[in-house]
Amino acid sequence: MNNFLAWIEARLPVMEAMNKHVLQYPAPKNFNFWYFFGSLAMLVLVNQILTGIWLTMNYEPSGDGAFASIEYIMRDVDYGWLLRYMHSTGASAFFVVVYLHMFRGLMYGSYQKPRELLWIFGMLIFLVLMAEAFMGYLLPWGNMSYWGAQVIISLFGAVPVVGEDLATWIKGDYVISGATLNRFFALHVVALPLVLVVLVFLHILALHEVGSNNPDGVNIKKPKGSQKPEELSKFKFHKQYADKYDIVDAIPFHPYYTVKDIMGVAGFLIFFCWVMFFFPEGGGYFLEAPNFTPANGLKTPEHIAPVWYFGPFYTILRVVPDKLMGTILMFAAIGVLFALPWCDRGTVKSIRFRSKWHLLNLIQFSICFIALGILGTMPASDIANLIGTIATIGYFGFFLAIWIYSKNENTKPVPERVTK
Amino acid sequence: MKKLFITLLAMVPALAFAAGPSLPLDSANNDLADKESLKRGFKAYINYCLGCHELQYQRYNRTFADLGISDEEGKAEWMYTGEKVGDHITNSMPAKEAAQWFGSAPPDLTLEARFRSPDYIYTYLRSFYTDENRPFGVNNTIFPDVGMPHVLQNLQGVRTKDENGVLSPAVGGTMTEQEYDAFVRDLTNFLEYVGEPNKLERKELGKWVIGFLFIFFILSYFLKKEYWRDIH
Repeated sequence: MNNFLAWIEARLPVMEAMNKHVLQYPAPKNFNFWYFFGSLAMLVLVNQILTGIWLTMNYEPSGDGAFASIEYIMRDVDYGWLLRYMHSTGASAFFVVVYLHMFRGLMYGSYQKPRELLWIFGMLIFLVLMAEAFMGYLLPWGNMSYWGAQVIISLFGAVPVVGEDLATWIKGDYVISGATLNRFFALHVVALPLVLVVLVFLHILALHEVGSNNPDGVNIKKPKGSQKPEELSKFKFHKQYADKYDIVDAIPFHPYYTVKDIMGVAGFLIFFCWVMFFFPEGGGYFLEAPNFTPANGLKTPEHIAPVWYFGPFYTILRVVPDKLMGTILMFAAIGVLFALPWCDRGTVKSIRFRSKWHLLNLIQFSICFIALGILGTMPASDIANLIGTIATIGYFGFFLAIWIYSKNENTKPVPERVTK
Repeated sequence: MKKLFITLLAMVPALAFAAGPSLPLDSANNDLADKESLKRGFKAYINYCLGCHELQYQRYNRTFADLGISDEEGKAEWMYTGEKVGDHITNSMPAKEAAQWFGSAPPDLTLEARFRSPDYIYTYLRSFYTDENRPFGVNNTIFPDVGMPHVLQNLQGVRTKDENGVLSPAVGGTMTEQEYDAFVRDLTNFLEYVGEPNKLERKELGKWVIGFLFIFFILSYFLKKEYWRDIH
């Protein structure tokens, strides 16, 4: 047996990789509640892929058959209803954990040097995830699927000169039809998941290269030889890390964070299953009522609302009177997140040691983001438009403000070592 | 940091107001676990609704099984047009002509209770009133200018609307108001069942899953504590 393992190891260093990334990976010992959401995002991704595979076995990607095949899954496939609800609730849960994961990054400055690329991979995951969710939402072929896709695809029509042709090219037809459904199906179940998995892989590799940040934003990897031997972490870490640095306040990812994340998974699943088993429609926010009628190009739902997780960006689109400008601003709202590592010129990472201005800025940003999200699910009105405009300014203002005050920020002294 | 978290949490109730305007609906108070009520509703559906409104995603034998009717009994007493028990609950109304007769084809009602809500169905079927301007002589308070005739008028009787928009009590029906409300409640109950036949099973399974997860969470908490004992 050992010979066999050695034979494998000589040809593919499996144990080496396990040691480097799991068993002897140095993780700061002071992760708090907010550090659960990375592993939870992974859990939900696996859930989406597995339930997705089984849904695909009974789903029929055609304009004539899609809606009926969902009801076939709900009624005639053994535990089909469970697979479908796991997938639909999973979509919303994905955005919940990803938004919280991103918020953690904002609070503790996890996007700052040297983690810029890690942040960019994360933002790419977010972008692909939105495309994935948007295309998946068309597949049940309900009336909200249809009209939601109609609204979003028509945005491309706002592009000057080529807009209308571009929208037709995306639809594969002059209207949204079975042709659109089929290509969205291909992208949703094959192309985008592949991209997503590759990006997640790169996200984790990039993380392990620079190491995890922590709630104090204090580096646990000190210059080699700078620490007294008794100060060093008593655990064995992989030579890639231990040879280069003096590692303090760290513990191996396994078993410490694996057991902790299992606890996080259990806690998360209580919430997840509670929603899935008792409120699978999520109060009309996870499964929207008009989607219980088949797509009908002649019958517009009373109020076309995107699913809640697109709310913030949909509101930014709506508050701008000009369609093209609105579309540009909506994409800019995502684009500006990519630029955050360079908007923030500060060197102190964690909000614990940054100025009052930064705390206020983050609070106003969070309030604006939530307000934008709520408004996105509501019908347009004058007052909603006003609040939406203010919140849009607050959203973009966050990035401008951080650029201004972070240059000469009045920060608190950062401790040498992580606090506990 | 706690303050920030509390601020965010305080924003959550605002979500509750995010829903659109709602109609004043009467509460259906139906009970999915009441199989006799579901059977009465199924019977009423076959007698009064199925002629126009299909349940094209629901099968006869699934309904029989869930309502405690054997296939033989179902075939003899619940199916009138020679289908197989495994068939979907459909009718033979031609959609094109139906659209001409009623203005639009009568919709499939399999998912009506999920699209509208049980309370909507319960209120809708009790809110018809006489309106000579409409093709079938009736209108509906919560579905203005509805294309559907009041199929249950023989049972409920006729209601009229006064200048204040208040409906009069029904006159001339074969049922009393209580009997009619109970009849509509059974029908609503059946439609809620048909909208999601696994609803009771889902909730029942959910209790076990959540129960398991609580135990699992407690165990995982102590496991974590044990492993982390020496980490300071």
